Amino acid sequence: MSAPHSEETLQVTPLHALHIELGAKMVPFAGYDMPVQYKDGVLAEHLHTREAAGLFDVSHMGQAWIEGPDFETVARALEALVPGDLLGLVPGAIRYTLLLNDKGGIRDDLMVTRPAEAAHANSLFVIVNAACKEADFAHIAANLPAGIALKPIRDRALIALQGPKAVDVFRRFAPAGADMLFMTAQAMDVAGIPCLVSRSGYTGEDGYEISVPEKDAVALTKKLLGEPEVKPIGLGARDSLRLEAGLCLYGHDIDETTTPIEGALAWVIGKRRREEANFPGAKIILDQIANGAPRKRVGLLPEGKAPAREGTEIVAGGKVIGSITSGGYGPTVGGPIAMGYVDAAHAGVGTEVELMVRGKGRPAKVVAMPFTTKRFHKTK
Amino acid sequence: MSEIRFTDQHEWVRVDGDVATVGITDYAQEQLGDVVYVELPEVGKTIAQGDEAAVVESVKAASEVYAPVSGEVVEVNADLEGAPGGVNEDAMGKGWFVKLKLSDKSELAKLMDEDAYKSFVEGLA
Repeated sequence: MSAPHSEETLQVTPLHALHIELGAKMVPFAGYDMPVQYKDGVLAEHLHTREAAGLFDVSHMGQAWIEGPDFETVARALEALVPGDLLGLVPGAIRYTLLLNDKGGIRDDLMVTRPAEAAHANSLFVIVNAACKEADFAHIAANLPAGIALKPIRDRALIALQGPKAVDVFRRFAPAGADMLFMTAQAMDVAGIPCLVSRSGYTGEDGYEISVPEKDAVALTKKLLGEPEVKPIGLGARDSLRLEAGLCLYGHDIDETTTPIEGALAWVIGKRRREEANFPGAKIILDQIANGAPRKRVGLLPEGKAPAREGTEIVAGGKVIGSITSGGYGPTVGGPIAMGYVDAAHAGVGTEVELMVRGKGRPAKVVAMPFTTKRFHKTK
Repeated sequence: MSEIRFTDQHEWVRVDGDVATVGITDYAQEQLGDVVYVELPEVGKTIAQGDEAAVVESVKAASEVYAPVSGEVVEVNADLEGAPGGVNEDAMGKGWFVKLKLSDKSELAKLMDEDAYKSFVEGLA
């Protein structure tokens, strides 16, 4: 039986010792030694998150403040690097956006928050991917005008509490959290610890992402894990959860060679930003909005039971028309699911294709994503 | 009398007469995690020692199961197609993958016996 393995010098998060204490299987991920699963395994962890609440260590991700003289100046400065409408953010609002290169390719995807608190009225709070964080920070810093600075936050952990029961658990430690809407953020004490709390996540479920001082991270995590609904969840289930939710994994489903339009992320480009056309790669991206992109990211549902993994060729009419960028087994779906890029002619929902798994074409259909129903807290 | 042998790729092979039953070890199923899909060869196919005999997939990844010995496939464990979790439940028994009609019994001599495999796995920890 084949089993790949690699060794490198790895960084650790403030929760590293706790993961090992909890019986996690640790693997290298984005330069960190991270838990891929705990004792229950990926399948049980995935299903538990969909039924109750899962706790994830995402401290490897990059957190930073971007600070300047006032909100508008800071928002305009970051807008020069992303296609999102940041000026339109009200205090406490979060936006998912993309750092773009000059060809309209995606350098990273990130969350940008306009803090609700007066103490941070002149700042934006950003969270970027672990593997990209140093490059992102350097890129942003190098492109900010004088008077605006990016300040990496290296003394805070980040933990996510996700699932339909996340709110019930969270309110026990921070009652105000229950009234927050999806994609909003608020500074609040959680179990008496000062945190920056976002109602957001990467699982397709309701939940919270909690930026916590690293010295308090273990204590807060243990408190949350002490609740009957909560179990620790590793990167394995994090990946299957986000795939079922149709969410992109940077470096796989989107990268420097894919535009937001090809990546089916046109919705991130604000109306005003389209009119102003002043984001990197705007000419290429606006042309693709007007005339179509040559290829598109789509959901794929294999008809049989065989999972089709990343790199699998997608074939139609005897010709290769694309390839899978994320694929595997969806525990909630109860079968294989995938996403990938296909040429524009084959991107329509319902299109029949073949996935070349181990040299054999296997029937699949282009489907709309997500593969599971999203359950966010959007109205009071 | 049956004898069991092991490969350094964590397959086991149990020989009864000239039929070899092949599976993955308990250590292997534990490393893989929850098995969600198993792909088995066609009955009648001839497989050489070290070639791919089957595929076993967890939520995370696909792995090949290599034939510990050469032979012709005489039976596959069709139960695994509907219930691949059988590999996790009983890797050394009901979770077997294929039965091969041995073409060269001398190949068995190259494989580890139970004690040797046990030491081998302990050395991996």
